[in-house]
Amino acid sequence: MLMPNLVAILALLAVGRTPTPEEIRAWDISVAPDGAGLPEGSGTAAAGKEIYANRCARCHGAKGEGRDSVPVAGGQGTLKSPKPLRTVGSYWPYATTIFDYVSRAMPFDKPGTLSHDQVYAVTAYVLYLNGIVAEDAMIDARSLPKVQMPNRNGFVPDPRPDVGRTRGSGSARKAR
Amino acid sequence: MEDTQSTRRRWLGLTAALGAGVTACKRSGPEQAEETGPRLLGKPVSAYGERSPYETDTRALPNTRTPEAASSRTPLQDSCGILTPSSLHYERHHAGVPNIDPARHRLLLHGLVDRPLIFTVDEIRRMPSVSHIHFLECSGNSGGEWGPKTGRDASQSCGLASCSVWTGVPLSSLLHEAGVQKDAKWLICEGADACKMQRSLPLDKAMQDTLVAWGQNGEALRPEQGYPLRLVVPGWEGNISVKWLRRIKVTGQPYMVRDETSHYTDLMPDGTARIFTFVMDAKSLITFPSGGQRLNGPGSYEVTGLAWSGRGRIERVEVSTDLGRSWQNANLQEPRLPMAFTRFRFPWKWDGSAAVLQSRCTDESGYVQPSKEELIAVRGLNSQFHYNGIKPWKVMPDGSVTNADA
Repeated sequence: MLMPNLVAILALLAVGRTPTPEEIRAWDISVAPDGAGLPEGSGTAAAGKEIYANRCARCHGAKGEGRDSVPVAGGQGTLKSPKPLRTVGSYWPYATTIFDYVSRAMPFDKPGTLSHDQVYAVTAYVLYLNGIVAEDAMIDARSLPKVQMPNRNGFVPDPRPDVGRTRGSGSARKAR
Repeated sequence: MEDTQSTRRRWLGLTAALGAGVTACKRSGPEQAEETGPRLLGKPVSAYGERSPYETDTRALPNTRTPEAASSRTPLQDSCGILTPSSLHYERHHAGVPNIDPARHRLLLHGLVDRPLIFTVDEIRRMPSVSHIHFLECSGNSGGEWGPKTGRDASQSCGLASCSVWTGVPLSSLLHEAGVQKDAKWLICEGADACKMQRSLPLDKAMQDTLVAWGQNGEALRPEQGYPLRLVVPGWEGNISVKWLRRIKVTGQPYMVRDETSHYTDLMPDGTARIFTFVMDAKSLITFPSGGQRLNGPGSYEVTGLAWSGRGRIERVEVSTDLGRSWQNANLQEPRLPMAFTRFRFPWKWDGSAAVLQSRCTDESGYVQPSKEELIAVRGLNSQFHYNGIKPWKVMPDGSVTNADA
């Protein structure tokens, strides 16, 4: 009798080719919330200040208050208010997401043009603007995942269906 | 004769001025006079067809300094049937539409798999494929409806939803080729656009019904819909159907990426935010008569619209014409497919007085589309996303139709 995994292999269509480890490394820019995938390099807010001023401030404001694009700083303590301000500091649960997003998507008009050191420095500066790290804190693959974001525990799983009625019952519908 | 012609010309001018609300789909114009005398030859055959020059429905564009990170809206008020023409499918891009040569495009599948693989587009097209009709809806669709100023027409209110027949390979087939390892629970799916937009997709959904699509409405995907490859994740918020798909990394955890943490999460009154609110709940919309359209006097009309649910088939649509005091079942046009638009129709005799038209759908899970007030009572005013409330339209005695804002 054939082993199950052998059966599975025999059923393959044999399409695609095996990538080399170098190919996977070159393509794989994913950064996990535990820091897996963060590249070598480092930066401080002090180093990030000038990069931010030159490459980020035009859209996000000199102090991260937002201009043509969303604010990246401020808003802590506003999430329950009638006018919540969702920023990196008030809302984002993981510091690793800053590195990942800046690295892949920023600056908006020229994504992919910042070096790893520059991305670490800008990440440090945005954290500094939010009062989360000190100006001279060294941010790198080891320290970034340890940064405690203020809203780290602010997210809850989807409880829907939370509104409306089930046909026939007429009663408020509770979580599954 | 001249008088008749000029009258007709004025009539046509008038209907044009009234906008595209009265469309060829739903009603015809006045009788064409019988043509007499010699006739001109028409246009010859053509390689790629275009719509009639008399048809002018377009996607609604935003006023923004960054149209590369913006959305365009499907003119649902002009729709007929359940399929959206590819050229009118809503768009939401985060860094513009990339120009991708399919001969150079690759899809890398790696991570917690026995056999990492790189696929060409040709290889994926060669695999056994399926075609399924599904809606896509941005979770930000109808976000404006939370506030006091609601969408003035169907496009502005609800135009980030469209429905297509998608052709592609079940994602489960690709995962089977690669051999998913036992610790795998999530897929990190990444596009080839400038910002490499990505989302974390649960493995269960990937294995259940997710497609790696290359076809839309009988031809290749349009560039703005992800050419040459995209995910189609049926019934789930549109953002997770990653376009220009270039890489899938199989992991044990979600990666908490920007577009599933800072965006597309629903902020509740207590300051917590719901994350991974994937399913688009049941929703319906009257497309005729809807905001911006006009009824030409009292008489018989067919109220029609669309209903859909991320939890399966639409089982019932009810229509109210009296401010919600009474509701009557609408006729549901077959086919009623799971996680697809369903067209409903309701005969209505308008007596010429002001009326409020509403539709409310029920899906196969028994979920009944809620009112705006019911949504706000639970979620408050700041959750931004996943709005699926009942949309009222107000018919005025002069026949004009508006959003029913106070």
